[in-house]
Amino acid sequence: MTARAPGRLETAVRRRRGRSVPAPLLIPAVVGVVFLVLPLAGLVVRAPWSAIGPALAAPEVGQALRLSLLSATLATLVSIVLGVPIAWVLARSTARGRSVLRALVTVPLVLPPVVGGVALFLVLGRQGIVGSWLDGSFGITIPFTTAAVVIAETFVAMPFLVISVEGALRAADARFEDVAATLGADRWTTFRWVTLPLVAPGIGAGAVLCWARALGEFGATITFAGNFPGTTQTMPLAVYLALQRDPEAAIVLSLVLLGVSLVTLLLLRDRWLGRSGAPIA
Amino acid sequence: MTGTTRLRTAALPAVLAAAVALAACTPTTDDSSATSASSADRGRLAGTLTVFAAASLTDVFGDLGDRLSADNPDLDVRFNFAGSSALATQIVQGAPADVFASANQPQMDVVTDAGLQSGNPEVFTGNVLEIAVPAGNPGSVTGIADFADPDLTLAVCAPDVPCGAAAATVFAAAGITAAPDTEEEDVRAALTKVQLGEVDAALVYASDVRSAGSDIEGIEFPEAEKAVNEYPICALAAAPNAAAAQAFVDLVLSDDGQQALAAAGFRPPPA
Amino acid sequence: MSLSARVVVQRGALGLDVEVDVADGEVLAVLGPNGAGKSTLLRVLAGLLEADDGHVTVDGRAWDDVPAGTRLPPHQRSQGVVFQDALLFPHLTVGENVAFGLRAQGFGRKSRLESAARWLTRVGLDGLADRRPRELSGGQAQRAALARALVGDPDVLLLDEPLSALDARTRLTVRAELRRHLGEFRGSTVLVTHDPVDAMALADRVVVVEAGRVVQAGPPAEVNSRPRTDYVARLAGLSLLSGTGEGRSVRLDGGGVVAVAEEATGPVFAAVRPESVALYLSRPDGSPRNVWPARLVGATPHGATVRCELAGEVPLVADVTATAFAELGLLPGSAVWATVKASEVAVYAR
Repeated sequence: MTARAPGRLETAVRRRRGRSVPAPLLIPAVVGVVFLVLPLAGLVVRAPWSAIGPALAAPEVGQALRLSLLSATLATLVSIVLGVPIAWVLARSTARGRSVLRALVTVPLVLPPVVGGVALFLVLGRQGIVGSWLDGSFGITIPFTTAAVVIAETFVAMPFLVISVEGALRAADARFEDVAATLGADRWTTFRWVTLPLVAPGIGAGAVLCWARALGEFGATITFAGNFPGTTQTMPLAVYLALQRDPEAAIVLSLVLLGVSLVTLLLLRDRWLGRSGAPIA
Repeated sequence: MTGTTRLRTAALPAVLAAAVALAACTPTTDDSSATSASSADRGRLAGTLTVFAAASLTDVFGDLGDRLSADNPDLDVRFNFAGSSALATQIVQGAPADVFASANQPQMDVVTDAGLQSGNPEVFTGNVLEIAVPAGNPGSVTGIADFADPDLTLAVCAPDVPCGAAAATVFAAAGITAAPDTEEEDVRAALTKVQLGEVDAALVYASDVRSAGSDIEGIEFPEAEKAVNEYPICALAAAPNAAAAQAFVDLVLSDDGQQALAAAGFRPPPA
Repeated sequence: MSLSARVVVQRGALGLDVEVDVADGEVLAVLGPNGAGKSTLLRVLAGLLEADDGHVTVDGRAWDDVPAGTRLPPHQRSQGVVFQDALLFPHLTVGENVAFGLRAQGFGRKSRLESAARWLTRVGLDGLADRRPRELSGGQAQRAALARALVGDPDVLLLDEPLSALDARTRLTVRAELRRHLGEFRGSTVLVTHDPVDAMALADRVVVVEAGRVVQAGPPAEVNSRPRTDYVARLAGLSLLSGTGEGRSVRLDGGGVVAVAEEATGPVFAAVRPESVALYLSRPDGSPRNVWPARLVGATPHGATVRCELAGEVPLVADVTATAFAELGLLPGSAVWATVKASEVAVYAR
């Protein structure tokens, strides 16, 4: 025991030295963090804290918050169901036109969200290509419904998931898929039993990005889904409208949204991302 | 802890406002002489004039700006068109504006409460609501009472923005409970949805219907008179180009300016 | 369960065209330098790579038949593959890894985990079924990978450098175990390796592939003692000399004559083992019939001996004891005399 103690101390010291961050990385990192955190700190300092309690209790705020969380979560689920296969095609298929496909899929990243909302109208609106058929055949109209919120958020947020998952798929060792094939697993089985678990941390990270983007979505939502309390008014919309009348109320609402999303992400990290976050050899 | 924080944040804007007002006092006291000078000495204005104006003024003010810079070749007129509240916030936060034209009194009050105006704001025009429907009026909307029809897809402005407040007033005057499908963040957003044919009707300003062109039809209704929206304008105390600022305000208030506004669907200010 | 294949692949600089035949229960080693196309061959056999021409036939059934357009996907081939890195699935336990093939075949959880446990016992990993792969040593992981490949009782076992990622000591023990398992395996085995020791220890037959072509085939002992290319000779540690037999002597293509003990005619190889070469500082007197002047160009210690590379009319490799090396005071560039008894030279037709 005593004989081993110095050795252990030595490794501890070595490990700590190995972790120290070189100055050329540390300085920009600190500047970057300050840059990212300072506006947030501004909000916190400026916030009328006594107004937070009443704001949380206000039914409209609860309604907007619930709608935001629900629609962002649904948008994330839709993005996973549709986006993971897209990422697989981008990362694994050898078909031509993949770079074109990738460019198309990432279009929502560069498109101003308001334009995205108008584009959704042109397809799914009453006068839209698909929307007019839905309306005529089934009497279904999408704009100004909660479904429209989910669609708008999915449109804007899914590229974040696709890009993350594609990166994870590229980084994952494709030889594991070869092994699975030689053990009798067809490609679909291999995907479910091997590929998916291997890239689970990437999907988790992508889903978090996607959820956060969906939660903060404003432009496409207010354009395509409109703004109506209870059905389409999400927190960002409520924040924007509050800003028109009472900037302090807007700060309060922003902080509520920030707090709830931070807590959610921290809980998720512990429960879910933390476990599968182990390095893959 | 929270008590002190609140105290500090509450005191800060007042201190700032006082400081700005003090600094602004001296150079703007003789603005009456600047007024007469600007109309008399045509072509003397130079530099850059920055006008912060409500989005609904985009077309008219653009024309007036062109007119002013045509008379003064050395003058570069720039506009910042946006929602009045966004503009008011920017001005209070120190944006370098020469003129502020608001679409309503409360947002002008934000600026005057901070003591940033030069002289008293003047109401230069007014705007009333009108029903905008897509060309052909597919929803067969006839009047304000149709806004209570749950089967129509309807857009109004959110109660937080001026056109929404006006809408609430006219609904009350008409004695109806409106059933809108969406409460838009501003007039333009409501108008876009009419233009795309996604709503059967929207309540917007008469000037917006006029500027939208042929794919939108306007329907006037008597209750609109209950909510006339007044547009105040003023030059700002901290104006980098005070002479040009006053010249622009004068132009808006002149007969030429008033004719341009009337042509764009605005109504003259109350006498 | 015999395997017979001709594999033609054209990929950039590599042009692979080899034929292999493996009988039931036979282990064929494919030996060759890196880049010779061994792994490409194995990937084609496994169905992971499409051949440009040729066929793969197992027990009369076509796995691949390029002219006929037949191509069985890898998951439909009755095979087990062990790769250089064990490649155990990191998200599964060791037991679940071994049971993977049975799971893909639709076996129930209980029966497949029982089979997996049995196989883990067979490869000496008793009780490690619940471990994660990262908790295993390299040797243990490779044993688990072998169990995973064999658990479904495949017709063909394909081994791609299965020992080369292991350290020298582990390699010894794993190699011995692998030999035992291959002895019990009833199907055909193809072992790809660049290590002649693996080939000698594990294979019934060896084919040597260089630059995409088979350059030599035969039982390991024969390939070892009668190399036909410099590569094989170097692996076997022999000096390979080519020439023309003229009775009891061979006139070398590179000049010089080697006296041999057997009659030889026509084009032949003469192979000399390094331990049969003796070095002297001055020309020795006496009987050896093969005496050549040479210059020492390289010396590498090998345990108690030093392997000396000699340049001269007849290029040779000589093993001398470390003591002798020191006593002779040899340095790179030293002039020496090399002698070989005629009876120590192996002669065989080219």
